[in-house]
Amino acid sequence: MSKRIDAIDFNVYYSKFLAVEGVNISIEPKSVTAFIGPSGCGKTTFLRTLNRMHEVIPGARVEGKLLLDGDDIYAPGVDPVSVRSTIGMVFQRPNPFPTMSIRENVLAGIRLNGQRISKGDADTIVEKSLRGANLWNEVKDRLEKPGSGLSGGQQQRLCIARTIAVEPDVILMDEPCSALDPISTLAIEDLINEMKDQYTVVIVTHNMQQAARVSDKTAFFNIAGTGKPGKLIEYAETSTIFSTPREKATEDYVSGRFG
Amino acid sequence: MTQVLQENRENIGKSKLIQGRKPRWTWIACLAGSLIVASAIMAVVGFNVAGWAVLTALFYVVSNYAVTRIMENGRKATDQLWTNLVVGAFLVALLPLISVVWTVLSIGLPGLLAPGFLASDMTGITGAVDQASVEDGTAILGGVKHALIGSLVMTLGATAISVPIGLLTSIYLVEYSRGGTFSRAITFFVDVMTGIPSIVAGLFAAGLMLTLVGPGDNVMGFTAVIALSVLMIPVVVRSTEEMLRVVPNELREASYALGVRKWRTILKVVIPTAISGIASGVTLAIARVIGETAPILVTAGVAVSTNWNLAKDWMMSLPVYIYRQMMFPTAPAAPDASEQRAWAAALVLIIIVMLLNLTARFIAKAFAPKKTGR
Repeated sequence: MSKRIDAIDFNVYYSKFLAVEGVNISIEPKSVTAFIGPSGCGKTTFLRTLNRMHEVIPGARVEGKLLLDGDDIYAPGVDPVSVRSTIGMVFQRPNPFPTMSIRENVLAGIRLNGQRISKGDADTIVEKSLRGANLWNEVKDRLEKPGSGLSGGQQQRLCIARTIAVEPDVILMDEPCSALDPISTLAIEDLINEMKDQYTVVIVTHNMQQAARVSDKTAFFNIAGTGKPGKLIEYAETSTIFSTPREKATEDYVSGRFG
Repeated sequence: MTQVLQENRENIGKSKLIQGRKPRWTWIACLAGSLIVASAIMAVVGFNVAGWAVLTALFYVVSNYAVTRIMENGRKATDQLWTNLVVGAFLVALLPLISVVWTVLSIGLPGLLAPGFLASDMTGITGAVDQASVEDGTAILGGVKHALIGSLVMTLGATAISVPIGLLTSIYLVEYSRGGTFSRAITFFVDVMTGIPSIVAGLFAAGLMLTLVGPGDNVMGFTAVIALSVLMIPVVVRSTEEMLRVVPNELREASYALGVRKWRTILKVVIPTAISGIASGVTLAIARVIGETAPILVTAGVAVSTNWNLAKDWMMSLPVYIYRQMMFPTAPAAPDASEQRAWAAALVLIIIVMLLNLTARFIAKAFAPKKTGR
């Protein structure tokens, strides 16, 4: 299962402050899309609106349409909780639940929702998810140990395993490698490449090489100045963005001549 | 090469890095000197322990400063001075605690060890009985059972009321309120409640029950339970609120991102993460109210027999028991018996409070999220 996302004239606000303005973008199913751009340009803010995580911040709201396979996730009456169970998210800093073991962390999405599953099913899900996150071989002998005892890179893969255990259609990643060393980063990039066979992946990154390595399409966000809204400047095939971008600002940014 | 090694070996023990340091035993010398000087002065003006200790401390601080200043430098001397002052402040702060524990332990222990002290109440213990046992030198009868049971039952009742209210209030404040006027009003009134004098809480509870059930019937354990709850709720709200606020927002977001509903996130992620702090906060709040005297005196009153029933009749508690035995001895002609019981009851109360504090630490440790597991 994998779904497409279309944003139409999409504005994001924090109370009265317009943070991201006029985004029009179409994200294909079973692809990896990277958001790049300078800090504060609204990449993360926009990413968080894709699964309605934006609105857990007081005063945050949006305007415009955001279609998931044609259905507006911001239509009145849509339950944000069901949106979030369809669109999973991996955060910048690994955040396994400190009170839970590795196994419980993987099953968190199911157990926390109060679903009862048999031990056999649970074992299957744990193994499948951890294998999916390339973590199974490293932790299979210590599933009952606390998740916070793992290394940073392992914790991040545990968080990915936790996300894919609830079988979402889309996975959002907010700078998933920014706190990790190059080897863990490589492990996660490999994982992203495998994941696009099943999921729509959207990744925010500050690392342009990473965007070039993992993504099929790249979106460049920019901001005109402090206090101004962030805008989607250019969205195209990754190879185009990095070789022959249409916009001058994109070329300046990807070639390091920014500012 | 060999020669350099040889030189290095010879230089061990006279490193340039530790030149100009005063020897480690300086402080002992300073202390001994201060003790001798203080003793000499005391011998001249007449000896008393407090003056001796204060003078010794004073001379020690001054001499230690002077010695450090001469042998090392001004910076080291200032460091030494402040270290001494901080340690001194700590010792002064510790003094009352040690004094209280020692006094209660030494005076109260015989009464506590008296046979049947914990197992009997004051039923049938009249002035004549006390006078007889003091005059004949037999064991002092009567005990603390009714007060112990009263204290425990009333505190348990107050906990059963305060913890749910306090927990839910703080969950509202931290998780739902979003800093609106209502939540700011709650925070303000909780702060005001923290400052309510306990006698006022007692009078409030007495007045409330007087209105609800009428005069005569309002004197009972439950009235005291209400008074104690009024004192306990703000403490529980405050400590729980602090504990919930330190739960990282990332954990809540991680849970939301898995499609978990808010109330389940609070119940299964936020509270388990904070449970150790909440539990120890609640235990400390219990320890705080179990020693209350005034609100119980004006509500549950005084009793001589054991009463388990919160909804009927007078009820004794440990602090009130201590107060009554001290101020109104059972046998005015032979107050020793009552005083012995009062001190023993005080010891029982201190032991309970200490146990509660230890429990709080144990709980905090037992429930704390496991940090490692490599």
